[in-house]
Parts: sequence; C-alpha cells; structure tokens
Amino acid sequence: MSQLLTRAPASGGLPAPVPTGPVRLHINGETQTLQLAPWTSLLDALREYAHLTGTKKGCDHGQCGACTVLVNGRRINSCLTLAVMHEDDDITTIEGLGTPDNLSPLQQAFVDHDAFQCGYCTPGQICSAQGLLNEGRAHSEAEIKELMSGNLCRCGAYVGILDAVSEVANSQGEMVK
Amino acid sequence: MTQTNHIGKAPNRVDGPLKVAGTAHYSGEFNVPHLAYGYVVSSPIAKGKVVAIHADEVRALPGVLEVFSHENVPYLAWFDKSYKDQIAPGGSPFRPLHSPDITFNQQPVALVVADTFELARYAAALLRIDYEQEDHETNLETKRTEGYAPGGGKTGFQAPPPPRGNPDKALKNATHSIEAEYAHGAQHHNPMELFTTTVEWRGDGKITAYDKTQGVYNVKNYLMGVFGLGKDEVRVVNQFMGGGFGAGLRPQYSVFMAVLATLELKRSVRVTLTRQQMFSIGHRPNTLQLLKMGTNPDGTLASLQHHALHETSQFEDYTENIVNWSGMLYQCENVKLGYQLAKLDIYSPQDMRAPGAASGNVGLEVAMDEMAYAAGLDPLEFRLRNYADRDQNVDKPFSSKKLRECYKQAAAKFGWETRTQKPRSMRANGKLRGMGMGGGVWDATQTKSAAKALISADGKLTVRSATGENGTGTYTIMTQIAAETLGLPLEAVTFELGDTDQPEAPIQGGSWTAASVGTAVKNACDALGEKILKLAQKPADSPLKDAKYDEVEFVNGQLRLRLDHDQAVVLRDVLQASGETQLEADSSALPNMLKQQGYSMHSHNVAFAEVEVDEDLGTIKVTRVVSAVAAGRILNQKTARSQVLGSVVWGLGMALMEETVMDHKFGRYVNHNFAEYHIPVNADIPHIDVIFVHEDDDIVNPLGVKGIGEVGMLGVTAAIANAVFHATGKRVRDLPIMLDKLL
Repeated sequence: MSQLLTRAPASGGLPAPVPTGPVRLHINGETQTLQLAPWTSLLDALREYAHLTGTKKGCDHGQCGACTVLVNGRRINSCLTLAVMHEDDDITTIEGLGTPDNLSPLQQAFVDHDAFQCGYCTPGQICSAQGLLNEGRAHSEAEIKELMSGNLCRCGAYVGILDAVSEVANSQGEMVK
Repeated sequence: MTQTNHIGKAPNRVDGPLKVAGTAHYSGEFNVPHLAYGYVVSSPIAKGKVVAIHADEVRALPGVLEVFSHENVPYLAWFDKSYKDQIAPGGSPFRPLHSPDITFNQQPVALVVADTFELARYAAALLRIDYEQEDHETNLETKRTEGYAPGGGKTGFQAPPPPRGNPDKALKNATHSIEAEYAHGAQHHNPMELFTTTVEWRGDGKITAYDKTQGVYNVKNYLMGVFGLGKDEVRVVNQFMGGGFGAGLRPQYSVFMAVLATLELKRSVRVTLTRQQMFSIGHRPNTLQLLKMGTNPDGTLASLQHHALHETSQFEDYTENIVNWSGMLYQCENVKLGYQLAKLDIYSPQDMRAPGAASGNVGLEVAMDEMAYAAGLDPLEFRLRNYADRDQNVDKPFSSKKLRECYKQAAAKFGWETRTQKPRSMRANGKLRGMGMGGGVWDATQTKSAAKALISADGKLTVRSATGENGTGTYTIMTQIAAETLGLPLEAVTFELGDTDQPEAPIQGGSWTAASVGTAVKNACDALGEKILKLAQKPADSPLKDAKYDEVEFVNGQLRLRLDHDQAVVLRDVLQASGETQLEADSSALPNMLKQQGYSMHSHNVAFAEVEVDEDLGTIKVTRVVSAVAAGRILNQKTARSQVLGSVVWGLGMALMEETVMDHKFGRYVNHNFAEYHIPVNADIPHIDVIFVHEDDDIVNPLGVKGIGEVGMLGVTAAIANAVFHATGKRVRDLPIMLDKLL
C-alpha cells in the first residue's frame, strides 16, 4: 500500500526573510554592535557573529545547558533567548571568566578535579556553577547536585563537577555542610 | 629521584586550560571567511520515495544559495567500495542524496544552503517535498523467526565460536537451571557536540574539512573515494571532539553534505545537524537475548547457552560481538552461542561504547544472578566457583587476568559481606535496599599506528600522530609517554593530533588508542633518542662513548648510562653542540604477533551497586557504586579514573533511563531530543569508587596498557538490575528499569 504525502504551497508566495538591524551587546566588558535579524538567538549571535565559540550548542532547545551564559550575573540558556532582547545587557561568557593563562577559581578547580572529559559541556557547566555561586544557594553537596542538574554531561564527569564546585563554594564560605 | 617519570602518575590534562576557558576549537568553531551554512532536511517517512522537491520556491528567497537533493547532485562514485569506510559492515553503505528512495525515517533528503544559518533553517522549513509512502516495518518483535547469521561483518567482528561439549544434554541433566529472555531498546550515543563539519574552500578544488570524527584518515579516504578527490586536495582536521562514544567512527552524512556543497558552490560551507537529526546517524540496536544456564551440584556451570538477535538496516549487515564474551568470562565445558540479525526499515546501527559487550553483558550477568539464586549461592561466590583461568573460546591462557583481585578489592570496599541474600531483606531510610554485582571482559587490542617526533635545539619536543581527542585524555597520555621516553618535563613536550597532514593513526575506538598510538609515540621518541645518542657520542671524550641505546636512559633532561648515572650529558648541550636546529624521527608500531599468538588478551572488571527503591512510588535511586578494573598498566590515574567514572554513569543510564522509543505506526523515534531521551544528570549520580588493579603484561604491547574506555561500562548495568531484584524481589528483564515496571 502506498499513499501520497504532500503539502500545499503557501498562498501568496513564501514570506520574505526578516531584515537585520544593529544590536548593541556588552559582552565580557566590551561593547559590540552586531548586525542581526530579530530571529537570531543569543547563542548564535555569540558563536556565529561575535565569534565567541566558547559558548556551545548542544541541543538548541534549552534541554542540555551547554549554552549557559551569565546575563547581568544570572545564568540562562542562551539558545532560548533572542539576541535583540539583550540590548545593553551585560553578558558574560566563558571567555569572560578567565583565559588559559589566567583561569578563574572555578576553571582551575575543574582542571584540578578533572571535571570534564571532552570539554564540550564544560563552559556551560562553569558558567552555570558561577551563576549558582552568585545565587548564594550552594549550601550542601545535595543542593549543588540538584542545582547543577540543568547541565548535561554525556562523558559523565558529574563526580568531578561536584568536587570542583564544592571546593570553590567552600573556599568562598558558601557551604554549610 | 627522577622528575621525568610521568607514566602512572596523575597529572592534570594538558588540554584542560583550553577546554575550561572555551578556547579549544571544535569542528564548528573555525572562523572561515565567507562562510555559507547548510541545513539538512530529513524525511518524515520511513519507506517510500520522494516524488517531487519544490526547490525553486525556496531558491527564490534572497540569501538562499542552493538546494541540493538527488535531483541535482553531480555524478559521484558509482561502486559501493568507494563509499565503504574502514569499519563499514557488510552490504551497501548509505549514499546521501543519491536516489529518491527512502529507506529510513529522518533520512536526509535535501540540503539547503544560505548565507546565514537562520536563513538556511528558515528555507529548509519552507521546502515542500512530496513523498510516496509505503508500508514499513520497524518492530523487531515481528522478525523473531526471520533472523539470519551475517555473512561477513565489519572489521573486528567475530562470528560466535562453534558449540563445545554437549550443551543441551548438560542443561537437561543440570541440578538447577534457568531460562530467560532479556531485552533492551535502541540507544543513541548523544555526544554533547552536534555533528558538524566546517569545510574551507582553499581554491583550485582543494578543501580542508574540520569534521567531527573519531578518524580523520577514515574520513579523508571516504571523501577521496566518493568525490574523486586527490590526496593533496583534501585535508581533514579534528583537534577536539565533543564526545564520540562510537558515533564518529564512520563518516557521517554531515561531512558528505558540507563537502558536496563546498565543491559545487566553490565556497566554504558549514553543516550542523540538529539534536533531533543526531538520532538518525546510528545507534546501539534493539536487542533480544535468550539465556539458558544449568549448574552441577557443586555450583559449577554445567551448561551455558546465549543467543542474541538484533536489528539492522535494509542495506547493511551491522554486526557486533554480543555473545562471544559468554564463552570466555566463566569456565564451562558445554557452551552454545548464537547470533542473528533482522532487517528493518531503520538506519544502520553503529558501534556505541562497548558495542556488543554492553548488550551481551546484561544478558549474561543478570542470568548469572538468576542462576546464583536458583542454585542457592551468593552471586559473588557463584562467580568465584566458575572463574576462568583460560579463554575456552580459543583455548589459550590470558596474557594477564586479575579479575579475582578485582572481586576481592571491590567487594571489600563495597562491604558485600553485609549483604543478606534474600530479596527484600534489607531496608534503609524507609526504602528497600538492594545490592547487586556484575562483571565483564573486553578486548585488549593494538592496531597499526605511526608518529613523528621532532626536537629543537632548545630541547622542546613535538610529537605528532593523526589520532583523536574525544575526552579520553589522548593529548595528556601521549605527552606523558613522550616526555618520559626522552626524560623531559611535561611542559617541554607538545603532542599534536587530528590532522591528515600528520602520520596515520587508526580510528579512535575499541579502547586501542593508548596501546596503538602510545606505542608509536614511544617508538618515534626512541628513534629520536638513538639519533641524539649518536650526536652525544661524537665528541672524543664523550662519557657515553661506545654505549648502545639500551644501555642509556633519558632522565631529568640528561642522557646517562643506566648502570653509572655519573656518566651523563645534558640533553640540551648535546643538541646545541650538534649545530642542528632540529632533529626528527618517524616510526610506526604494529602488534607483536609472534609474541601474542599463544595468548588471549583482555581487560576485566567488576562493579558493585547499591540501590534504594521507594516501594510506594517505584522510584530507584542508585546510592553507591564500586568499580574495579584490571586493564594492565594505567598511564594516567586521573584521566583513567574519569573514564571509569563516565562508564559507570553510562551503565547507570542504560540500566534505568536510556531507550529511544520507536513509534511503529510512523516508523519514527518519538523521543529524539534531550528532554525525552533521558541521560543521567548530576543529581542521579551517587558516590563512585574506582579501583585499578595493576597487571604486569608485556605481551599486549611494550607499554603494558589494555585500554580503559569501554571495559568500565560492563557489569554496571547488570549490577544495578541485580540490585533492584535484591531490593524488590522483582526481576526486570527489559531495560531500562523504569518505575512502571516495579509497580
């Protein structure tokens, strides 16, 4: 048995793509004006237009956390928000937290505890952990595990991630138990 | 004391700072000028044909460059062999955009290329395609009686050995016996990085493909075959891979698409698959297993029978070694193993972490638990009574096997002696508590690899080999091996990989990279060392005069006599006095077949797991895991431990969460995203102890390493399943064990 599967053409022709316009973003302390269409996600703006590829795309649907960045200090999935919504916001990506020669405490703790393998989810994990520390909600290992569970790691480096985040949280007097 | 002994220590990853700072470049992250973007359009039907592609409608959109489909793809290679990669199974490899025929759901049917990613995605969504849909079959249950034994199979496939003894008679006469069927659905690799290829158009028909792959040479050879490119016309690069787990062993259609578009448009193109499309590139196959076992009065195995049936595509005989392990993990004189495939209207499965073994291990190790209970024995005691000192499949001794030591150390660490045998006999925190165990075996393999070593006058060493780094720690362990061989600090050594301009290395899989590339790296550094020794012996008063290479050693930046450390020269002085700006040496490594032919070479492991089950809700929480692995020598304690930790996470996912669910009405996976295909998250993972039991083994390879990436996953899934039985008294034989199966 065979059957035909078709779709009718759009009446009045295909809608034209939306035009671009300037969007001013403060990324890692620098102001950049990017020429973007309104449908460009913050994630794609960072990766494909600002060429800051430290922020990763793992699902594009807010399901994996690899694209986590800090917007005005808060952690968000950059794939679930449009760049035009962040005019004049302060955006911090992994590149803004530290450099290979001058790692942030969290970045160093991730290296020391081998809190990653392939490294692809790592920038999102670290930005998420930084956001968690900013929130002041990391009071126990159980809380860290729960509040870091929006960031998937297929290599399964969760034990190291917990150790790394706990170490930094402890050093900042965050942990209660 | 020597500071340049690096092997076996736990240095941090040398590529760690790049990864945590976001400056390691994955294949979609090369900023190539004048880049166009391709977006793949996938078939919504599982079987039939494309009857029309209304490409002109979207071609007319401003910024859309081209729509590629079978209608306009140029003439490409004709014969199947041009499309066969290094580990292609038997059959005809899938040819993207080759014909209007649809042979699986989500088959790529078109590539829309535009100036921006957003535009390509938009145009792809608008592209109208008419299909003629035919009846499909995607349900393995309908093929139970249509299984067939594959003829050939891919590299590394071994048909099960013929039966030994009289398994049926022994089963009939057994004191106790069991028979059960085990099943698991399809599972997908789901590395975090999407399959992406950035192809740079270098002019004159030359391209560089930055491709997500576990084998740059495999992809290069494929592209040369399919597109008729010359050796100098295509370079393939992968310096960092955001996870592979087998998904990148074969060239994926993303690289085909990106290269096709680049060559046709004479412009650089990037193609990135969506997470949904990541479910159309191969998977661990839906598998059914039948186990029969019987015991003698003394608790030894009288008979062991293991038969497996799994799905494959209509066009390829995908094979994996599922049942063979059951003939070697335990001592048994009467064994029958069977293996069959069944064709469905799906894409070909593809090797996924511990392919075959991970599946077969669940059947074998859950059946062993059932058998232990039937025979009234503690599951660990039952395994000890059936310990195999020889590989009976091939009737050879093991080159080394410290599984007994693994059992001992892991059981002690876990506190197995506190376990009471009776199901539902332990409680904690208001929940049922269960303890289970399982173990496994994996191949220790070495394959041909090459490397080049260069040292500059200031003592900086660079070593190159076209292997891969997908998180396993390749950069780090190769740096350790090279630095130790030439007595240098880690900081003086740079290891470069993942580029077809480098000496050839095998695809990165099978847990053979450390053994294969590691040996090549050591050999290249030794070849360089011999050159350095010759230079050091040039001065008439050289303290190393007349010394042979095996009489000297490189330690702490010096070259000295092994037996008289005072007879030494400083390496950098030798290089500078030589007047050479750089010395280099090439070498390759092959397994020593002569030495190995009398042995069976394998790594082993055991895992102990504890679970707590909420009887009212059916929820399962894994509370502890202890994993012990015997895999020869461990090169880096830190990265090896991470691989085992990750393997335990994988085993947990397979036991409790992972299944790609097919809607047979549409022949389509319905949970093809991270919201519905569940992998473990941080909150799911308990405390995990990893134990390495050292084995001295100079037969497997000169480094004595067996590989660690796959063996650690074995045993874990079964241990958890067995712990759930111990906790609840319910034996769940179809994975994953979700709460509905316990209620």
